[in-house]
Amino acid sequence: MAKIRTFFVYLILSFGAIAMMLPFYWMLITAFKAPAEAISMPPTWWPREFHWRNFVEAWNQVPWLRYFFNTALIAVLTLTGNLITSILAAYPLAIIKFKGRDKIFLLFLATMMIPMPVYIIPGYLILTYLGWIDTYAALIVPWMVNVFSIFLLRQHIKTIPSELWDAARIDGCSRFRFLWQIVVPLIKPAIATIAIFSIVSSWNSFLWPLVVTNSKYLRPIQVGLAYFTQEQSTDYTLLAAAATFTIVPLIVLFLFAQKHIISSFSRSGMKY
Amino acid sequence: MIARLKKLYPWLYILPALMLLLVFKIIPIILSFGVSFFRWDMAGPSKFIFFSNYQSVLTDQIFWQSAMNTLYYAIGAVPLSMAFSLFFAILLNSISRAKTLFRTIYYLPVVTSIVAVSVVWKWVYHPTGGLINGILSLIGIQGPNWLQEWRGIGEVLTGWELPYAVQGPSVALICLIILSVWKSLGYNTLIFLAGLQGIPQEYYEAAQIDGAGVWQRFRHITWPMLSPTTFYVFLMSTIISFQVFAPVWLMTGPPAGGPLGTTNVIVYYLYEKAFKFFHYGAASATAFILFVILLVLTVIQRKYTERRVFYG
Repeated sequence: MAKIRTFFVYLILSFGAIAMMLPFYWMLITAFKAPAEAISMPPTWWPREFHWRNFVEAWNQVPWLRYFFNTALIAVLTLTGNLITSILAAYPLAIIKFKGRDKIFLLFLATMMIPMPVYIIPGYLILTYLGWIDTYAALIVPWMVNVFSIFLLRQHIKTIPSELWDAARIDGCSRFRFLWQIVVPLIKPAIATIAIFSIVSSWNSFLWPLVVTNSKYLRPIQVGLAYFTQEQSTDYTLLAAAATFTIVPLIVLFLFAQKHIISSFSRSGMKY
Repeated sequence: MIARLKKLYPWLYILPALMLLLVFKIIPIILSFGVSFFRWDMAGPSKFIFFSNYQSVLTDQIFWQSAMNTLYYAIGAVPLSMAFSLFFAILLNSISRAKTLFRTIYYLPVVTSIVAVSVVWKWVYHPTGGLINGILSLIGIQGPNWLQEWRGIGEVLTGWELPYAVQGPSVALICLIILSVWKSLGYNTLIFLAGLQGIPQEYYEAAQIDGAGVWQRFRHITWPMLSPTTFYVFLMSTIISFQVFAPVWLMTGPPAGGPLGTTNVIVYYLYEKAFKFFHYGAASATAFILFVILLVLTVIQRKYTERRVFYG
C-alpha cells in the first residue's frame, strides 16, 4: 500500500517536472531546426538535421557581445555599490544606539512596499532632469541601494556578540576598522546571498532599462532580446537560438549555486 | 561640539544609502503625486489642472478594460498557482529521494528572465509549429491561434454569444495566466515546502493514532498550521500579478494588449500613456491609482486574515 502510494507520488511529480521542462525543450529543439521544419504540421519532436547555423546567424544580427558586456558591467557595478551602501547602513542600524534609528529603518522598509511601476515615471523625469537618460549611470546608480540587502545584513550583524566590540575597543580599534576587519568577515554568507540576488536581478531586469535607454548600444541583455524578437519576429528558429544563449548562462549559475539562490530568493520575496 | 559630532557619527554610515533612496525612491513618489495634478508632457509641466488627469483616466474605457483584465489575470493566476504549488509541495514533502532534483526542475522557470520566458511561450502558443497545437495535432485536433483569440472563455466554452461584461477573460489572456502559473509555481512550491517543514511531526502521529485519514489530516492540521504561509503567498502573488507587464509587451498584438485590447493591463496602459503618448500627468495618475489599489488590497487582506489566520 505504502509502496503503491510512493510510486504514484513519484509519477505525479515526474509529470509535473516534464510539464515544467517541455517549453524549454521546445525552445531548444526549435533552435536547431530549419525554418521550414519549425512551422511544419504536425511538428517534429527531434530536429531532422541539426542547424548550428541558427546560432551563428542570430548572433550576427545584433551586437549581442555588447549586450552581454553591458549586462556584466551593470551587474558588477550595481553589486559593488549595493554592498558598500548596505554594509555601511546596516552596521549602525544593527549595533549603534542613536536617536531616530528606528524611524529611519522604518522609512527604509516602507520604500520596499512601493511597486516599481509607481516610481518609474517620476524616476524617468528625475533622470531627465539630471541628464542621465541613455547613460550607464541611469542603469546603475538607482540600483546601488537595496533595502532588502540592508535588512538582511542588519539581521546578521545583530547576532554578533557585543563583547567582540568591547574587546576591540579596548585594544584601540576604531568603529570603521572593526566593521571592515571583524564584522564583514563574519557576515560573508549574507554577503554571498546578496551578491547572487543582485547579479540575478541585474541579469533579468527589463522594465527599467527599457524605459531609460534609447540607444541600441546601451541595451542590456533582456532589452536586446526584447527588441530582437520585435524586429525578427518571423523566423522562430533564430528567436529560439537567441533565447537559448540568453538563458543558458543564468541556468549554469543557478545549477552551481542553487542552494544559495533558492534560499535567498525565498527570503527576499523576490518577484518572479 | 565633540558630543554633537558623535551624535552625527552613525548618520555618516547611513548617508550613502539614504541619499540614493531619497533621490530615486522617496522623492519620485512625492513627485509622482505632484505630477499627477499637472498637464505634463515632453516639454515639462504646463498647467495645474487639479484632478483632471484622474478624471480623464477614470472615464477612459481603455483604462477600465485594462483594470478588468488585470483583475481577471490575478483572479486566475493566484489561486491556480497556489493550488498547484501547495499540491506539489505536499508531494515533495512526503518523499525522501530525488527531492533536490525535482526542486531544481520546478525552480528553473523562476530564475529564467520573464523576457526569455515570453519569447519561449509565444512560440509554445504559435498556431503552426507551436507546442500546444503540436500536441493537439497528435489526436487530430487543429488548434486555434491562441494569442489572437479575443473571444471570452465563457463564450468559447458555451458557444453562446454573451454580452461583453460576462464573457470573462479572453482566451489570449488565459494563455498569459497559464504562463504566469508555470513561471511562479517553483517559487510558491518552495515557500509552501518551507512552511510544511515547520509543522511538528508529532501532530500527524497523534492524528494517525486517533484514526484520522489523509484528508482529515490535511483539513485539520496542515491547512490551519500552514495559514500564515498561505497568507504570505497569496499577498505576494496578488501584488505581483497586478504588476504584470513584460508578457503583454512581448507576446500580444500587434499592437500589444491585443487582440481588441483583451490582454491590456494596468501597467501596460500606464507605460503607453507615459512613453508612447508622453502624457506624464495622466500616467502618474494611473500609477497612483495602482498604488492605492495595492495598498487597499494589503489592508483588506490584513484585516480579513487577522481573524482567520492561525499564528501557531
